[in-house]
Amino acid sequence: MPAGFLTRERIVAPPGWSRWLIPPAALSIHLAIGQAYAWTAFKTALTATMLKGDPNAGVLTALPFQLAIVMLGLSAALFGTRVDARGPRWAMVVSSSCFVAGFLISALGVSIGAYWLVVLGYGFVGGIGLGIGYISPVSTLIKWFPDRPGLSTGIAIMGFGGGALIATPLTNQLLAAFGGSGAKAAASGVAQTFLVMGLIYAVFMSVGWLLIRVPADDWKPAGWNPETQTAGAMISTNNVSAANAIRTPQFWLLWVVLCFNVTAGIGILERAQDIYKDFFGAGVSPAGIAAAAGGFAAMLSLANSLGRILWSSASDPLGRKRMYMIYLGVGALLYLAITLLGNSNKVVFLICSIFILSFYGAGFSTAPAYLRDLFGTYQVGAIHGRLLTAWSVAGVLGPLIVNALADANKGIAGPGRYTTAFIIMIVLLVIGFVANLLIRPVSAKFHEPAEKIIRPEGAQA
Amino acid sequence: MTTQDKPAVNPVLAVLAWLWVVVPFGYGLYELLIKIPALFGN
Repeated sequence: MPAGFLTRERIVAPPGWSRWLIPPAALSIHLAIGQAYAWTAFKTALTATMLKGDPNAGVLTALPFQLAIVMLGLSAALFGTRVDARGPRWAMVVSSSCFVAGFLISALGVSIGAYWLVVLGYGFVGGIGLGIGYISPVSTLIKWFPDRPGLSTGIAIMGFGGGALIATPLTNQLLAAFGGSGAKAAASGVAQTFLVMGLIYAVFMSVGWLLIRVPADDWKPAGWNPETQTAGAMISTNNVSAANAIRTPQFWLLWVVLCFNVTAGIGILERAQDIYKDFFGAGVSPAGIAAAAGGFAAMLSLANSLGRILWSSASDPLGRKRMYMIYLGVGALLYLAITLLGNSNKVVFLICSIFILSFYGAGFSTAPAYLRDLFGTYQVGAIHGRLLTAWSVAGVLGPLIVNALADANKGIAGPGRYTTAFIIMIVLLVIGFVANLLIRPVSAKFHEPAEKIIRPEGAQA
Repeated sequence: MTTQDKPAVNPVLAVLAWLWVVVPFGYGLYELLIKIPALFGN
């Protein structure tokens, strides 16, 4: 019986297939779902049209994004095992369907004046697309690039950061073209923007699921010897199931590492423009400081994206544990420098911020390779999905710490407003640093028997 | 099997696949970079 279009068997690469076709397939998904970080453009448009005059517009327009991020973590954790078992094409098709459906449901909701449909569509349905899409190419990339897992997952996860770079100007331009922004902004223009973006992403993501292939079981890169790769390093040749992985201290130590690294980065990223204004706003015209703060936020976005590929690639020769020591240890020192120097040296402030955000991005992109090192490739996608719950927690924790403490210190002018928040970030990074130091190879009692790994039913990619 | 097997992929397909993702990313990057000079304008 011929294999179905979505099955793993259907996409086993023929001999000679180029593994360099896999990163663009993964990027087709990640560059699309990274749109989530550009929600602000829709938030502004919805506030000015559909929710105009509503005193709760701020809270209401944040809901779709917040729900989407929660669903990202939950769906990655819940569906991770199924994604590993069914293969990347199935996962990419499901992700694309949910993500695109989210836009179409939102378009309908805006056009008929039912805001709950925007929350349901973009937040719930679209959020499931985010979670499944985020983990869909990870284990496949690791299997195609066993010699450079950090580079390969870095490329894909950089795409998630880069998705907002594309979506922000695209959304703004479509809103302007359809009359969803400006002095005469209308809800119909916002609905049309949702609709057109959904269609654009449907086409864009299709290349991902058409192009994706998994390597044959006996495939390996030319000249690559797994024995020399693992010698003397903290890289396991054994495999651990997702169910067992969450019983190991290594998983939870890495969970703490990721959670606190993300918390430290997202705290500064989420409030970037306000932080810049509080640090350097004195004596500058409102227009000047607004433009500069916009430039600061843009620069941080760039650092976030580039950090994902640069530091993750560096983890291949240097080792994952050592890289997280840099992200967390140097990150803590950079936060300390900002706290102590305040606004006395703008160049140092900018350099510190750039590195902090590059480490933030790198924490995401190095995690899959770290999981591969510790738990093998058997169910690395599912384990990664479970680890992403740390992101959901950090997504709440980071902004909460910075915003709550900044609001509580409203009376303090200048950098002093953030001193307490930054000290908390330093403490969290130090805790993460210690957690990373405690990570050791996984005990043999958690390893899967070799015969279970090679059976076709259990094969993953 | 290794990557040294006879290529099964048309090179044009590989180029198009990369352009598919690099062109939109380049557009986003350009839109971002033009905002950064404002940071040093005051």
